[in-house]
Amino acid sequence: MTVSAPPTASGTGARPARAASRDRRAWSLRGWLPYLQALPLALVLLVFLVVPIATIAVVSFWDYDSIRIIPDFVLTNYEWLLTSAVTWQIYLNTLKFAALAWVFTFAIGFTVAWFLAFHVRSVTWQMVLFLVCTIPFWTSNIIRMISWVPFLGRNGILNSALIGAGVIDQPLEFLLFSDFAVVLAYVHLYTLFMVVPIFNSMARIDRSLIEAARDAGATGWQILWNVVLPLSKPGIAIGSIFVVTLVMGDFITVRLMSGGQSASIGTMIANDIALLQYPAAAANAVVLLLVVLLMVATMLRLIDIRKEL
Amino acid sequence: MRDTGRRGLSFYLLAAFFGLFVLFLYGPTVTITILSFQGPEGGLTFPMRGWSTHWFHNLFQQQAVGDFGGSFQRSLLLGLIVMALTVLIALTAGFAFRRRFRGSGALFYLTVASLIVPSVLVSLGIGLLFQILGLEPNWWSSALGAHLTWTLPFGLLIVFAIFNRFNPAYEEAARDLGATPWQTVWHVVLPIILPSIIGVALFGFTLSYDEFARTLMTAGSFNTLPLEIYGMTTNVTTPVLYALGTLTTIFSFLVIGLCLAGFIAVQRRRARRVASGV
Repeated sequence: MTVSAPPTASGTGARPARAASRDRRAWSLRGWLPYLQALPLALVLLVFLVVPIATIAVVSFWDYDSIRIIPDFVLTNYEWLLTSAVTWQIYLNTLKFAALAWVFTFAIGFTVAWFLAFHVRSVTWQMVLFLVCTIPFWTSNIIRMISWVPFLGRNGILNSALIGAGVIDQPLEFLLFSDFAVVLAYVHLYTLFMVVPIFNSMARIDRSLIEAARDAGATGWQILWNVVLPLSKPGIAIGSIFVVTLVMGDFITVRLMSGGQSASIGTMIANDIALLQYPAAAANAVVLLLVVLLMVATMLRLIDIRKEL
Repeated sequence: MRDTGRRGLSFYLLAAFFGLFVLFLYGPTVTITILSFQGPEGGLTFPMRGWSTHWFHNLFQQQAVGDFGGSFQRSLLLGLIVMALTVLIALTAGFAFRRRFRGSGALFYLTVASLIVPSVLVSLGIGLLFQILGLEPNWWSSALGAHLTWTLPFGLLIVFAIFNRFNPAYEEAARDLGATPWQTVWHVVLPIILPSIIGVALFGFTLSYDEFARTLMTAGSFNTLPLEIYGMTTNVTTPVLYALGTLTTIFSFLVIGLCLAGFIAVQRRRARRVASGV
């Protein structure tokens, strides 16, 4: 950066001093304005995100007994966490949930977005159907989970229907309070997070590209695979980041839908919290955060989010 | 695809898939709405043993299911505060990001990080921080901050989308006509982006109103509604749970409907003004 000459050098000398100082004040305010405008956001994130996470990092090295946490610098929390076979099993289990949830939300989300973007011709209908997909996002997740109980229970609708139709003669036990129920709830809750960004990406695809592909003799599948899928990548990446991070940190869905029979990293942390073993919970939280950041960094290599808004 | 003429088989297959998806989305909610009108003898699943509003009455007897009224009031108030702050903070920050300033990249990535960090960490971190500082966690302090870390990123991303589509020529025109920066913002920019601000407000309110994980360790001694509902799932085994679900869902739909109506009203008024040339 080159340093330019001070502006007071020649021309300004003739102007009235008061106007010049007013100009300078206005100029300096203009320079500071973005900082002032960004300040509230920065403060909130600093106080309620950065400092708390730093606190977790610090406390993860603290000691504790059954009633209090003790400032210290010990590695035992990490040692216990990482040398326990249960931990690895639970991390694997959580990764399994994330993978399953990702596969289903992506398959369903992509298909729904594809239908909305390319098969619904009127913009009004597109908006209406898009809204129909997004409205559940603004209602309570817990209620939406509970809503599956009458469907999946031992005497629930699904079992009654299957028995009535003669498909089975004993009610299926694995429907509720199982890994199946957990993944089903994830797909129910989070497919939205795939539909919205993928639809957004697809809506921007220049329609003439598809016509060109068709004129060149491509079949519908070839257009999907070679034109639409690559151009939807940014939306897919954003949706995937949402789904994967939500599942990795979740504990309420696992707890409610598995009836306490399955575990995830989130439930592990919540259990430590319930037992007031905060340093143990903190160590686990730090490891979870690192894993999630690593996963996100991998996905972010594919896109520049800021260009996608 | 600008295909002319009749729709192919793929359209009908995809339409059927979409229909099933919508059924999947709304089916369970509709089911518990029906089941919440069970007769007094009815259970958690079909068949219906008569129809009644018994479980809704049951809900308002405090001793039966905890403090439903109080937690609803707290959630409502908290949602409104979070909504106002989200609109205000996200919008002012949005103005800042229209110009280049030092640290803008860092602040942007910090905001995105706020979306990615698992909510259980935010909850635990704020809970620990308050405990170490000897502060009492409360729904209007610690929980408020925890909710903002979730609503602000959504708000800011929407504001970005707004300004990316905003034509700066309107501001230049206002300036050329002698408007001060405040007048430009108040009479030109804000009215133009008003419909999208309704969207930010909707996100701010509903995300806070339904938030569970971030509230868990930050709410202090008084529950918000999602915490109350979660408590009920472990010890209530009657359709009163469905009655509560039905009521909160109806309330959510009211809020969404109100926002949509506001959005449409603004658009209509604007269309009329353009048509009449005012």
